[in-house]
Amino acid sequence: MLAHLPILQVIVPLLAAPFCLILRRALLVWLFALIVSGSAFLISITLLQQVLASGTISYDLGGWSPPWGIEYRIDKLSAYLLLIISAISTVVLLAARISIQKEIPADRHTLFYILYLLSLAGMLGIIATGDIFNVFVFLEISSLSAYSLIALGKDRRALWASYQYLIMGTIGATFILISIGLMYQMTGTLNMEDLSRRLPEVAQTRTLFAAFAFFIVGVCLKLAMFPLHLWLPNAYSYAPSIVTAFLAATATKVAIYLLIRFTFSVFGISFSFTALPLQTIFLLLGLLGIFVASTAAIYQENVKHLFAYSSIAQIGYMIVGYSIGTTTGLMATLLHLFNHALMKSALFLALGAVIYRIGSAQLSAFQGLGRQMPFTMAAIVVGGLSLIGVPLTVGFVSKWYLILATIENGWWPVAVLILLGSLLAIVYVWRIVETAYFKEPAASIGQVKEAPLAFLVPVWVLVAANIYFGIDTRLSIQVAQAASQSLFGVAP
Amino acid sequence: MKDLFAVVMLSGIYSLLTASFFVAMDAVDVAFTEASVGAGIFTLLMLTTITMTGRYERAARHKPTLALAVVLATGGLLIYGTLDMPYFGDPQAAAHLHVAPRYIHDSMQEIGVPNIVTSVLASYRAFDTLGEVVVIFTAGIGVLALLSVARRPEDDAEINSVNDSMHEQHLILRIVTKILIPFILLFALYVQFHGDFGPGGGFQAGMIFTAAIILYAMLFGLSTARRVISQPLIRLLTAIGVLIFGGVGVVSLLNGGNFLDYNVLSDDPVAGQHLGILLI
Repeated sequence: MLAHLPILQVIVPLLAAPFCLILRRALLVWLFALIVSGSAFLISITLLQQVLASGTISYDLGGWSPPWGIEYRIDKLSAYLLLIISAISTVVLLAARISIQKEIPADRHTLFYILYLLSLAGMLGIIATGDIFNVFVFLEISSLSAYSLIALGKDRRALWASYQYLIMGTIGATFILISIGLMYQMTGTLNMEDLSRRLPEVAQTRTLFAAFAFFIVGVCLKLAMFPLHLWLPNAYSYAPSIVTAFLAATATKVAIYLLIRFTFSVFGISFSFTALPLQTIFLLLGLLGIFVASTAAIYQENVKHLFAYSSIAQIGYMIVGYSIGTTTGLMATLLHLFNHALMKSALFLALGAVIYRIGSAQLSAFQGLGRQMPFTMAAIVVGGLSLIGVPLTVGFVSKWYLILATIENGWWPVAVLILLGSLLAIVYVWRIVETAYFKEPAASIGQVKEAPLAFLVPVWVLVAANIYFGIDTRLSIQVAQAASQSLFGVAP
Repeated sequence: MKDLFAVVMLSGIYSLLTASFFVAMDAVDVAFTEASVGAGIFTLLMLTTITMTGRYERAARHKPTLALAVVLATGGLLIYGTLDMPYFGDPQAAAHLHVAPRYIHDSMQEIGVPNIVTSVLASYRAFDTLGEVVVIFTAGIGVLALLSVARRPEDDAEINSVNDSMHEQHLILRIVTKILIPFILLFALYVQFHGDFGPGGGFQAGMIFTAAIILYAMLFGLSTARRVISQPLIRLLTAIGVLIFGGVGVVSLLNGGNFLDYNVLSDDPVAGQHLGILLI
């Protein structure tokens, strides 16, 4: 059975989703979904071990050898991403049952879990596959389910937010599809491995240039890079808390994975970094993204909005790391990917707990919460410190490597700007801390109890991970380094 | 364009033209789908919506210059990209020389289905097709999750009375539809089961089925249609549809092959392939 792990990773959640429709009872479905997501997590651990021990795994679907059939290809980068996503999904799902009780009408709970599993399966499928058309198919699965999950939000504005996301996301997906079509036309293959061998022959053609440009714009829409981020804040804010915690930690990460996978493994490094002035554009947009989004975050009155803008800023850091174009830079991006997933899932889940108790995420409602919900607020504080990049949290590790990478390249001004960006993070995190700990509770709210254990356990698991991986960095750094080296072709 | 009716009609025409493009490129299956979805069901649904919302758009508050510029830039890039493309129908083009020859020459021996497109869709790249099935399933679940509002009985009564008065007026339409529906359903079944050998297959057949059902619902009222097709049954059917497809894959997995490897389904590989495709 071990040989089938790559496909099981994806089809377990994929087929579990329709099966939920037969189970029907929401509690059963929740348990079932939890088991499914947990087993996906176990599979991803085994896969990572296999990949680290014996190198890239290739799996031919239907027994047809690539490029005729579809190939699943797990290398270090994809195993790393699979682990992040299935882990976050499992932890977030722990809190799902209690959180959606207050946010989603009871008759839709089953449908919620189905969409959740589909979204998970879609993202895992994008990462595991080695075939570019298969990427598109799974991109559709994950985005369609994400749109519907967001639209399930209690606030009516969720519908509009989801619609905006749908339009922007569909444009992005169509651009990616155009690019895939053009590439097929020029090479006659859809397999990534095969493409990377055949694309250099046609590297000079204008068609391939157009394919590249369409892909970059499409994927940047999906990952909400700075000028194309407009869909993100509302989508995250009005979605149900669980959905926000899940998507914020995973969806944009998958898009970044796609960017890295296509530019490094499909188009090839030499083409990607010379066809367009990609490094300069990404560096500028990344930095602009950090500053504009962090500043916007400072002025938000809704904490969900605040963290959504902060997500855009964090994506900016990843883009900067990517644009440096060195092994260390890419490694910083990968590390930040992992770390940001931990931070944001912890933060949004803790926010979910607050919303569960007081029914609002307005900053004004946080007054005095430091004393009334000490454990939840402490989690938010730790998450916030991690966002800033305080030592002993994961945020510090990735910022450290990012700055190291810029200095290695002699980009001093960029390093200074990254530090300045962190200062902005201090400001917006401080606003929450100030309201929660130094203001008297508003009289109208009355006594608020601490969040239930069903919330506290997953939140603190994530917070503990934030601290653990901030101190013991062996796992994340080892894998990120190995992945980025193999992408640059330095080490096998 | 402010007249939404014209907009819908134009988009229907657009779909039909696209469908004929697909026919010109010998992609009959895609043309089939485009014609039934784009020109058929889409137009039908939009027209129904317009009858409920009103025919004219409100004046736009912002100028579409920026959007137009983006669209022009995109179009420009697309045309720029076509400059180096191989000529249409060029037998030397890369797309015809790499993977395609094996599909064309060997699929008959390896799979035993005369329609090459079907063998690519259902066997060589079956996992993509499973993915597409799941995409449709996802869309269905999404719609259910957003639109399934708990119905109140008084609403039903009101809808019924409106429906009745409306349907009295369309006597001819109703009779013609009644005559047509059996043929539509029959045609759908033909497309479904002939999918092995000619253009068509489950997806297109499903579309034709749906067209028949929507037509019925439009002319005879939703509640009548609901009596014919119950909602829980539909839910169960959609789930089972996806599970059958996935189940085929799992069975081949248990029999020792790779996922969706039909060769292991039967002693004779070709028979196994046939069985697998038919199940899908």
